[in-house]
Amino acid sequence: MTIKHASIMVFLKLEILIRGGNLGMKRAITIILALCMVLMILSGCGGGTSGNVIKIGVYEPSSGDNGAGGKQEVLGIEYANSVLNSVEIGGKKYDLKLEIVDNESSNDKGPSAAAKLVSAKCSVVIGSYGSGVSIAASDVFGNAGIPVIGASCTNPQVTEGNTHYFRVCYLDPFQGTVLANFAVDEFKAKKAYILTKLGDDYSVGLGNYFKIAFENLGGTVVEETFQEGNSDFTAYLTTAVNEKADVIFAPTSTEAASLIIGQAVSQGIKIPLLAGDTWDSSVILDAAKGSDSKIYVSTFFDEGDDSAAGSKFVTDFKKWLNDNPEKLKNNGGNDIVAAVSALGYDAYMVAVKAIEAAGSPDPQKINDALWGVTYTGVTGDIAFDDIGDAIRDVAFIKSANTSDGSWNFVAIQSVK
Amino acid sequence: MEFLNTNLPYILAGISVGGQYALIAIGYTMVYGILRLINFAHGDIFMVAGFAMVYLSATLPLYISIPLTIIITVLLGFAVERMAYKPLRTAPRMSIMISAIGVSYLLQNCAWYITSGLAKQYPTIPWISESISIGTATTKIVTVITPILTIVLVIALVILIKYTKIGMAMRAMAKDFETSQLMGVKINSVISFTFIIGSFLAAIGSLLYFTNYATVTPIAGAMPGLKAFVAAVFGGIGSIPGAVIGAFIIGICENIIRMFGWTTFSDAFTFALLIIILVAKPTGLFGEKSTDKV
Amino acid sequence: MNEKNRNINGVITPTEKANIFSNSLGFIKKNWIGFTLLASLYAIILVLEQVLPVSSMLFVVLKKGAIYALVAVSMNLCNGFTGLFSLGQAGFMLIGAYIYGIFTIPLEARAAVYQYFDGGIINFTVPVPVALIMAGLAAALFAYLIGLPVLRLKSDYLAIATLGFAEIIRAFFQWDKLGPVTNGSNLLRRFPVFSSTLYPFVVSSICITIIVLLINSSYGRAFKAIRDDEVAAEAMGINLAKHKQLSFTISSFFAGVGGALLAMYQTTVQAAPFKAAMTYEILLIVVIGGIGSVTGSVLSSFLFIACSEWWLRFLDSETYIGSFRIPLLASGFRKVVFSIIIMIIVLFYSQGIMGTNEISIDALLRFFKKLFRKGSKEEAT
Repeated sequence: MTIKHASIMVFLKLEILIRGGNLGMKRAITIILALCMVLMILSGCGGGTSGNVIKIGVYEPSSGDNGAGGKQEVLGIEYANSVLNSVEIGGKKYDLKLEIVDNESSNDKGPSAAAKLVSAKCSVVIGSYGSGVSIAASDVFGNAGIPVIGASCTNPQVTEGNTHYFRVCYLDPFQGTVLANFAVDEFKAKKAYILTKLGDDYSVGLGNYFKIAFENLGGTVVEETFQEGNSDFTAYLTTAVNEKADVIFAPTSTEAASLIIGQAVSQGIKIPLLAGDTWDSSVILDAAKGSDSKIYVSTFFDEGDDSAAGSKFVTDFKKWLNDNPEKLKNNGGNDIVAAVSALGYDAYMVAVKAIEAAGSPDPQKINDALWGVTYTGVTGDIAFDDIGDAIRDVAFIKSANTSDGSWNFVAIQSVK
Repeated sequence: MEFLNTNLPYILAGISVGGQYALIAIGYTMVYGILRLINFAHGDIFMVAGFAMVYLSATLPLYISIPLTIIITVLLGFAVERMAYKPLRTAPRMSIMISAIGVSYLLQNCAWYITSGLAKQYPTIPWISESISIGTATTKIVTVITPILTIVLVIALVILIKYTKIGMAMRAMAKDFETSQLMGVKINSVISFTFIIGSFLAAIGSLLYFTNYATVTPIAGAMPGLKAFVAAVFGGIGSIPGAVIGAFIIGICENIIRMFGWTTFSDAFTFALLIIILVAKPTGLFGEKSTDKV
Repeated sequence: MNEKNRNINGVITPTEKANIFSNSLGFIKKNWIGFTLLASLYAIILVLEQVLPVSSMLFVVLKKGAIYALVAVSMNLCNGFTGLFSLGQAGFMLIGAYIYGIFTIPLEARAAVYQYFDGGIINFTVPVPVALIMAGLAAALFAYLIGLPVLRLKSDYLAIATLGFAEIIRAFFQWDKLGPVTNGSNLLRRFPVFSSTLYPFVVSSICITIIVLLINSSYGRAFKAIRDDEVAAEAMGINLAKHKQLSFTISSFFAGVGGALLAMYQTTVQAAPFKAAMTYEILLIVVIGGIGSVTGSVLSSFLFIACSEWWLRFLDSETYIGSFRIPLLASGFRKVVFSIIIMIIVLFYSQGIMGTNEISIDALLRFFKKLFRKGSKEEAT
């Protein structure tokens, strides 16, 4: 059949030749294009797993809105891979190789990037930073039968209603409730201003859960949304002031966050800013440094964690970063350990555990094995419930130290 | 008074944004007046100016990097015209417009490649980044400076166009391209000059805009660009005072829409305004009588 | 001659209806080779699906390429054949994608999808083919309404007005108050999707065939007349407003169907990606293929998608030969190379791959006859 197709392509090519005009160059180009078509048919599928390699896909953004956070998550995974890069199953040693793609933080580019991982025959995939892209690519992995372990995607829809998506972090309903509790406990907040980004599932979702929890605690909220590409937040912040809000809750990407912080500072707004895990990033510290803004975030992991696993991870990871200038640059130029790096590390380790438990590089077997995996990671104990979510009941609250640009640990908060 | 007190920040923001749109809109309106071309790449030139400043100021002091940014932007505007528009001067209008879209695509992708699509922090320019209080509102000094600077620049530009030889040539070309060519106007240099002025103002606009909003992204130019174009059409394309007034109206309206909480529609509103003006009064507020627009 | 004029006027008489019918029958008769080729293309795809692993990038390219081919051809109908420079394509695709998603999400999945809006207010589903047609019709309806005011505008003004409308549509679909229908700005998902590559091919090829039939009909001739010279066309008795409206509406209909297919391909729908950049991408496909060439648009869609999704992807990943890092290769480089290629085509090969020419069976036959004759001549001498 390939021959038949090729012959059609030759027809087309000849046709283009006579009809394509009389420019020599143009003719040459059309011939090349036609040949490309033929090549495309003939080349079929490239890449295959060689005997002793198991590929672990990394589906993360390294560009776009969430690029900064995605890169930090990848760093955690890369570090984990440098710590443990082989696995022994059935007496045979397999090398673990990372296959990294960039989903560009975009729901429409994500599925193609995911298809790339599928065609590279990954056994298990880790990702992604950002819930929207995770949901968007979920079916691509699902149809191919490849299990995915989300490191920091917190929206419930990621794992709901499917059997191949797992995650190692907590969920937004939990996070929203934690933050609402914190707002009421710490600031005696009666009124909250919620600012979310249109079309961002993470942002809209978390805003919604915060709203529900806050209203249950007897508060009132004012909600507003902004469009992608918006850079003028002065009007929004003015509304927050005019509404006499006690806290501003803005679960947004770091890109919007730095704009919001910058404009709040220049408008002299003293209302505390609250946000979810995305704001746990050095981008926020840079934006807030030297100002008197009050910023509080909930997150998965604290650098000052004194558990054995946690402190060892922090020291070793910092050393690894400082040894690799390129990696240090990806971390934002400093060696502050982001929570997402810790989660990336844990997700990788969980994946390896599952491969060991499955005793095979077969995605389907790994998927089945994942349900039973338990692992004590740097971010706490991980075991999956029957939806595929890690069972977690605490979140860390941190505040930005605006004088030296670091995070201050505030509290470990759980839901009452 | 109470109303004014609570809503002053919206209006201040509107005037400031309006001033920035105005500086971009002038570039659109001048190019359109002469070439009848919507220079889709203009917003991206504005964005490149932002990135140029980010990278230059990382190594050079401000008093060098600011002029250098302006020079780079002007050169870019000049180069884009020479490479992407000049070869198509006799081609159908649609081709030039497609070429403009292509340039915009190219500039955005290059910026994306260089920055990995990550937002870059704009350097703080001393004094104009500081906060001041006006009545009940606190804002950056740049917010106040923008409209003043815009008006000064526009007056200078109008004088240039009215009283200099090159200004006369520009007016002649806007009136009738072919005839002015016959009368000995060197069209290519006049067109280049138009792009140089447009890019110069875009560079100034980008300094003010990004000082206000502090981060630059590869798509940062797209929306302001489109809105500035709408402003140019609104004021009557080809007319410089029209573009400026249109820009201020759009900037203020946009913020008033937000004041009422219709944030989802703040962008859509601008386009609705565009369609209404196109259908009702295609020549815009101050446009000359329509020739072949409708 | 008389009859032709009446045709162009657009008054459909019963005889003409019969004509159109027999024309299309004749079309099938005349183009049986074409249909055989199409059928063998389907067969090839079916065989390929059996032979190659499902995960092959080839299928990604073929699926997306087929969808973009339909959208590009529909844009070409409006921009290339009628000379209406419309940039609203992404907006109409958005409508199609949403209509498809809204009406096909299974009832039991609605509570999960519309989780912030109590399961939404639409509590029925329609079969997939009906939803596809509804998607097209909804887009066409919007286009008709938008066309009433904006089609009076010319070239670049029309472009910017349609671009503006697309943005308004996008904002509208993201509006919270419409959430029970559109799910606000959140993802729509869990609707039925296709798994076989054949599906988008069949739908696209049916739609493109209809467009080709239209272009070859008297309406098509009227469209081209408007494109070439509006004043002359009007003088010949062509009703400008009516024909422009017709072309714009039909083009949007197919853009809507294309949008629905895209939704099926992506398995989720959200308003955010349907922005001006998407329209520009389709416009560039049309330009590369040749403005006014259906086969050109189809060909360039596949090339464009193959390059951007597959062949040029290696440019995006850092590659090492030994310890030497190949310079320039990094995330985003693919797009830079790509846009440079596009600029070169726009500037130096403004005709695109095909210009206004078509690959047609007749031309192929003619070519072989000519070749044969040439050969025999050479033998004679």
